[in-house]
Amino acid sequence: MARITAGIGTSHVPAIGAAIDHDKTQEDYWKPLFDGYMPAQEYVEKNTPDVAILVYNDHASAFSLELISTFLLGVADYFPPADEGYGPRQVPGVEGHPELAWHLAESLILDEFDMAIANEMPVDHGLTVPLSITCGQPDAWPFKVIPLCVNVIQYPQPTGKRCFKLGQAIRKAVESFPEDLNVAIYGTGGMSHQLQGERAGLINADFDTAFLDDLTANVDRLVNIGHMEYLRESGSEGIEMIMWLIMRGALGEQAKEIYRHYHVPASNTGAGLIVLEAA
Amino acid sequence: MDKNYHDIPGTYVFDGTQNRAGYHLNMFCKSLDVEANRDAFRNDPDVYLDRYPMTAEQRKAIEDRDWLGMLQLGGNIYYTFKIAIFDQVSMQAVGGMMSNMTEEEFRQMMVNGGRSVEGNRSKSEGN
Ligand SMILES: [Fe+2]
Repeated sequence: MARITAGIGTSHVPAIGAAIDHDKTQEDYWKPLFDGYMPAQEYVEKNTPDVAILVYNDHASAFSLELISTFLLGVADYFPPADEGYGPRQVPGVEGHPELAWHLAESLILDEFDMAIANEMPVDHGLTVPLSITCGQPDAWPFKVIPLCVNVIQYPQPTGKRCFKLGQAIRKAVESFPEDLNVAIYGTGGMSHQLQGERAGLINADFDTAFLDDLTANVDRLVNIGHMEYLRESGSEGIEMIMWLIMRGALGEQAKEIYRHYHVPASNTGAGLIVLEAA
Repeated sequence: MDKNYHDIPGTYVFDGTQNRAGYHLNMFCKSLDVEANRDAFRNDPDVYLDRYPMTAEQRKAIEDRDWLGMLQLGGNIYYTFKIAIFDQVSMQAVGGMMSNMTEEEFRQMMVNGGRSVEGNRSKSEGN
């Protein structure tokens, strides 16, 4: 039987990827952020999963306004890094796990979560930066990846509650996969940030810290945060944090915090990272 | 439908109304993902912009690199930022231009912990 053992929440700021790709991680600006990532890298190295379900959003890279899907699963065996206007990141291509991905798609749809399915898509910084943050710069990523892409750009984004329930359904679906697989799940994006408008640059460290706390202490509160509260308190792009709730839902009732790191700023963002284990 | 997010200051929530208004503007931005399109836009912006049936206001906002104007006319930051990438302008510079600060002032604000949410929550409550 496959099982979900660990959950990782992390911001996926493009500038973090650029700092890694251009060897800037030891510069004064970046060092405190990257020092804090090291324990998470060590954790992933010691507890390397077979497969990671990576919840992220596409930033107008693979998809545009032509077609907006709320939840989408990548079922391919390979996902190339997207060109986001600077040329594709020079990171390894992402190997998928089509068997488990199709099992998830089928189980989730029959469980009334109507997933869109992608056989071909490039993956942008939303997916590759979390891999860099937690795996460093290997020649190949140390596990297979199933991309789960969530719309967080077009209002209304799915509710946090819906995301959490999708996570619960993912846990059930993984546990009904016959092969013995160690599966991790990533929830990415956030934390507080606003890229647009006269309020650009908004950061709310109190909101972020309480969010990290309540991933173990009070999940119920997090699940009930609505669009207005995210938009107002964590900035228009802070609503990406709903993706962490898919990860949290997939860990089951109880989760244990193994490690966390929080640093302001990474570019325009409050950068958070948390490692959780299913208890 | 409750649109109380219009109460948040300095924030343009990309809802259906904005999507409809900004569709061609955003799809123009998206087209800059392709190198041949970037070359065509660079060589003759007028001819290239003709391909997208935008309003005169939207077209002017693009020509003026009026970042705030583009948002007000239906642009979405992830799309309009593709113009900034084309211009080789940073996110901090664009953030500064939208909030009346220089790039350096904006960068420094971020290093100091970012823009506070205090006083920036609500137009009606003024908090
Ligand atoms: Fe994002």
